[in-house]
Amino acid sequence: MSALVEVKGLAKVFDVSAPWLNRVIERQPRQFVHAVDNVSFSIQRGQTFALVGESGCGKSTVARLLVGLHEATRGQVLFDQVELTAALKGPQGTALRQRMQMIFQDPYASLNPRWRVSDIVAEPLREHRILTDDTEVNDLVAQLLQGVGLSASDAARFPHQFSGGQRQRISIARALASQPEFLVCDEPTSALDVSVQAQVLNLMKDLQQARGLTYLFISHNLAVVQHVADDVGVMYLGRLVEVAPKRTVFSAPRHPYTQMLLDAIPDVRMTGRQRSPVIGEVPNPMNPPAGCAFHPRCPHARAVCKAERPELVVDGDSQVACHAVQQGWL
Amino acid sequence: MAALLEVDRLRVEFPTRHGKLLALDDVSFHIDAGEILGVVGESGAGKSLTGAAIIGLLEPPGRVAGGEIRLEGERIDNLTEAQWRHVRGRRIGAIFQDPLTSLNPLYTVGQQLVETIVTHLPLSAAEARVRAVDLLRKTGIPAPEARVDQYPHQFSGGMRQRVVIALALAAEPRLIVADEPTTALDVSIQAQIIALLRQLAKEQGTAVMLVTHDMGVIAETCDRVAVMYAGRVVEIGPVQQVLHAPAHPYTQGLMGAIPVMGESRDRLLQIDGSMPRLNAMPDGCAFHPRCDRATEHCRQARPALLRAGPTSAACWLLRDAQAEVAA
Repeated sequence: MSALVEVKGLAKVFDVSAPWLNRVIERQPRQFVHAVDNVSFSIQRGQTFALVGESGCGKSTVARLLVGLHEATRGQVLFDQVELTAALKGPQGTALRQRMQMIFQDPYASLNPRWRVSDIVAEPLREHRILTDDTEVNDLVAQLLQGVGLSASDAARFPHQFSGGQRQRISIARALASQPEFLVCDEPTSALDVSVQAQVLNLMKDLQQARGLTYLFISHNLAVVQHVADDVGVMYLGRLVEVAPKRTVFSAPRHPYTQMLLDAIPDVRMTGRQRSPVIGEVPNPMNPPAGCAFHPRCPHARAVCKAERPELVVDGDSQVACHAVQQGWL
Repeated sequence: MAALLEVDRLRVEFPTRHGKLLALDDVSFHIDAGEILGVVGESGAGKSLTGAAIIGLLEPPGRVAGGEIRLEGERIDNLTEAQWRHVRGRRIGAIFQDPLTSLNPLYTVGQQLVETIVTHLPLSAAEARVRAVDLLRKTGIPAPEARVDQYPHQFSGGMRQRVVIALALAAEPRLIVADEPTTALDVSIQAQIIALLRQLAKEQGTAVMLVTHDMGVIAETCDRVAVMYAGRVVEIGPVQQVLHAPAHPYTQGLMGAIPVMGESRDRLLQIDGSMPRLNAMPDGCAFHPRCDRATEHCRQARPALLRAGPTSAACWLLRDAQAEVAA
């Protein structure tokens, strides 16, 4: 089995400095946010890799880096063994873009309200000049809509005539139009109700089996991740703290942050459960703590955690970035 | 003893050009002192509207068209705006989803707390400030003496929601209506806020109506739960019973649709279709177009809430099952 997507030491730094005049008058220095820092993982063909973490941990930035919506500051993304940033600018760029598509979180914001569904779904076909003949385009649009559980007659309607779940189906139909191999799904179900979420998740699984799709699935909902993922990466303040196959992450989480996250999810089965809630909050990414970024909230932190930043080290079938795990006091 | 809050056959309608839309129909439930009632349902089911009706904040042209809401035995659904001022904040506190929009960005947290306290309680400004600091401490805000003079933007999301809870508790209300209080927060913060809400409700004997779409939150926080669908309560009962042995097909479908931790299923249970719109409500049971056990009777007549052991559910299947047992 080969990796379709390989990410090596990926980093993205955003310049969030105040405007030039303020910097001069108020003598403020330039400020940077390390949104993504030294992130490496690979996604096998036909599999789902899930990234989880709380808001602001950099998971959406990783998604955007992977489809070329942001340019990486350091590191590289290999897509089918080709370096992505250079290739997207090169002569093969459009051909490469066809092979990857993205599904966004908010189906109300990601569909143009003034376009008919037929134009929305046909946009990738026309943009990439896959089909130019109108009847062929219309036939394919009808097929795509039926493939995601809508009817062919929906093509003539506008997005506002659909419910949230139906809109997300339209986004999926659009993403599938150029026959991609790789889909980046950034919180595809978090704006949906549970019964609709179940419909969309089932649809995504069916499509994966039918078309051999590879997914990068981003979510903050661990129960959903557990349902869809093969491998899971846990992010905290721009870094991966644990990468492991799904069953390892959920049955034997190694990193204290993963353990905390798993413990924090309200569980439907745990009626009236008493538990000690996690202390503290995610620190400001503009000014992350020294050493391990998690140490101020970590119950196992020792002096070394405050001084040295732990690297991601292979340990059994998982990779963990934690001094406590690596030096064996946890 | 009468319940602290009684909602009796509440109807809320929105008059429009195309006729009246019935947004809430025959909604009845009660909450006892110190009890947390969860209200769940999909978006548009009418859960937030029920909360808004109870605190007298229905957006016009929405209005209460029938039924009664009673707080400690007194009707509150027909109060004037002037009368509401003595009820809202004093006897009923409210917590909303987005903590940033429920706080005024131009005043410090302390000023907002003191304003609320002085309005409702016979305290001087200095006493109110002491109480404000005390409330912030109770809601788990570190260094409350310093934080009380800060502005909302200086607080993080979780801390802001704590301030909103402190505001809701300021006048020691008997009832708190919390509309999706944790939806805008991260899971680790959500757990802290839920624990806080539950602890305060138990300590002060405050009744809480918790509106949320998150079944996990309901399971961990509430004593009883009401499931809403298309403007009606379809099932109500103790949390254990409703979540683990649901009687209504909609609740059963909802529970099956939730991915559960530690449980590996290939597919999630799927309720096909979506909730009907208010202007296209089907005859009979509103759930029948999506229910795979619907009969001819379900298509024609609307079921009322029927007792089924410790819970009640609005479903004809239940009546048929009971008739069989009786026969």
